Amino acid sequence: MIYREAGEFKSTYQADQAILTIPQDRWFMAALLAIAFVVIPMSASEYWLGAIMLPFLVLSLAAIGLNILTGYAGQLSLGTGGFMATGAFAAYKLSTTFPDLNILLVLLFSGLITAAVGILFGIPSLRIKGFYLAVATLASQFFLIWMFNKFGWFTNYSASGVISAPPMTVFGDIYVTGTEASIEAKYLFTLSVVVLLALIAKNLVRSNIGREWRAIRDMDIAAEIIGIPMLATKLKAFAVSSFYCGIAGALWAFIYTGSVEPLAFDVNRSFQVLFMIIIGGLGSIMGSFLGAAFIILLPILLNNVPTMLGLSIPVDLISHIEFMVFGALIIFFLIVEPHGLARLWQITKEKLRLWPFPY
Amino acid sequence: MKIERDVLFIIMVSLLLMVIIPWTAGQLSEEIFFEWPFFFEVAIGGLLSGVMYSLVALGFVLIFKASGVFNFAQGAMVLFAALTLVGIHDMGVPMWLAIILALFIMVLLAIAIEKLVLRHLVNQEQIILFMATIGIAYFLDGFGQTIWGSEVKILDLGIPNEPGFYFDGKILINDFDLVAALIASVLVIALALFFQYTRIGRALRAVADDHQAALSVGIPLQHIWTIVWAVAGMVGLVAGIMWGSKLGVQFSLALIALKALPVLILGGFTSVPGAIIGGLLIGAGEKLAEVFLAPMIGGGIEDWFAYMLALAFLAFRPQGLFGEKIIERV
Repeated sequence: MIYREAGEFKSTYQADQAILTIPQDRWFMAALLAIAFVVIPMSASEYWLGAIMLPFLVLSLAAIGLNILTGYAGQLSLGTGGFMATGAFAAYKLSTTFPDLNILLVLLFSGLITAAVGILFGIPSLRIKGFYLAVATLASQFFLIWMFNKFGWFTNYSASGVISAPPMTVFGDIYVTGTEASIEAKYLFTLSVVVLLALIAKNLVRSNIGREWRAIRDMDIAAEIIGIPMLATKLKAFAVSSFYCGIAGALWAFIYTGSVEPLAFDVNRSFQVLFMIIIGGLGSIMGSFLGAAFIILLPILLNNVPTMLGLSIPVDLISHIEFMVFGALIIFFLIVEPHGLARLWQITKEKLRLWPFPY
Repeated sequence: MKIERDVLFIIMVSLLLMVIIPWTAGQLSEEIFFEWPFFFEVAIGGLLSGVMYSLVALGFVLIFKASGVFNFAQGAMVLFAALTLVGIHDMGVPMWLAIILALFIMVLLAIAIEKLVLRHLVNQEQIILFMATIGIAYFLDGFGQTIWGSEVKILDLGIPNEPGFYFDGKILINDFDLVAALIASVLVIALALFFQYTRIGRALRAVADDHQAALSVGIPLQHIWTIVWAVAGMVGLVAGIMWGSKLGVQFSLALIALKALPVLILGGFTSVPGAIIGGLLIGAGEKLAEVFLAPMIGGGIEDWFAYMLALAFLAFRPQGLFGEKIIERV
């Protein structure tokens, strides 16, 4: 009754093409952003900001990247971890080679470098499809991690193979990386980057290029016949996707953990991000956030349940049971709603539109 | 089985390259030691370890063929089977009985997977089913270790595990690998006969060809899936026994699935002989590269070389060497 688009008259094309056409949606989004930008940094504890919100934001960005490639363009990829590592190491090399470079430029360039690497590893997708491609992208995953481990140049010949972010600032004097950075500054910086990139992604997938991706996803031969260039479109998807994953990797290394080794981006990271987009919803930017929240929060919850119940279980047993419950919940969610949390959100909104007169 | 001419050509060329590249590397570089007996020793060792990869890949192929599910849980099934076997054996049960009990448990597992998971996901997209099998993999990894513990266990079947000398003592081959290869060949022949000559085998082939047509002539799809998962579980048990007695039964067994994937795409998802030949090519190629090429680029290439090798093959045959030709209609 309240939440509906009927009666919303638009007099300009801009208004018609807005992302959120229903006023309640706009208020909701404004409130969400206000909470994210103002309430959370003021009220949340350091643990919440540093150990939950930061990885959530960073992995949401990676999930958006993978969602562009897998959810929108239909190219199943298991190489996300490799691309995140590329972003992290590119950012490290850039910031140590050019110490005066602004962190925003470092992020941008590391994203672009990762995009180039992504294009390179996207070339096989022209001939290889489906699960064959998924396994083929594992080649990039293993190769990139091996490369960063093997060649000292990438880590500036550090003995342990670990890279640490140099202290960097935005707006002149606010530290966002290194030990002097406050957790709130880190959080707000990451949030701004993620919100901006999510907005760009949302608009990208609604535009011409997004429609081309979806045509390729639904059937690439048919898309080619109606005049969509397969080579360019697939490579664009790989480029944009790796751009996002690269920035996510750089944020992970520089802002979330501060120092990182290649192993942080191993194949399990790729699977984690893939879980996020499938639980969240393939082909949905919103779903990337929902999925990331789910996958980040679930293990934390599982970890705390035994203590909350007052049970004392040995640590290794807990981790095994966590595995079990995690696997079972994934299966449960897939059975209940194979199209992910974004679909549940959609259904809720549709119900709300009819409420309270369901006819 | 008829082999297409270009497949034969690709195999020939790759075999030739496997000889030429190490030889050239040996001529060009001082660091690399090249001698014909040594070359054959490495190649045979590689072929035999390739057979071990094939054992794991075989389980993938069976399930993909019959249900179109890319079963990522195969590695977890290998681990689970091996853990169960060792766990039962440690309780004082003789080995032959433990193997039978483990087989029985794998069948139960197959029934459970069909009833609890697959049945509810009929008609879903392949990626959803793939995700569900990753869920199964997580569950099994946790479940097996919760019940049987996570410490490394030793599985001793009395297979000799020492190097033997063959061909006048010139070539050194691990006896264990020979036994493994023998067991793998027996398994493959048994599977081929099972698929070719039994009633169930015929039904399996029918389902693999066309789900709907199979249903319409009265083949119960759900039973077939249970049987296929049970057979894959048994293959997993054999792989678990072989890998377990080679490396010890531990969590890392679940990761050999990652070793089997390049074998799988090289051979083709739908082909049993493809899994074998893919395993041989990957095994030999990987070992040869490790010995004759790796010193030049820094070593430790076994993580990714198999994948790159498979990728190179896919560039020529996108469906794998023996996979069904992908025909797309608009």
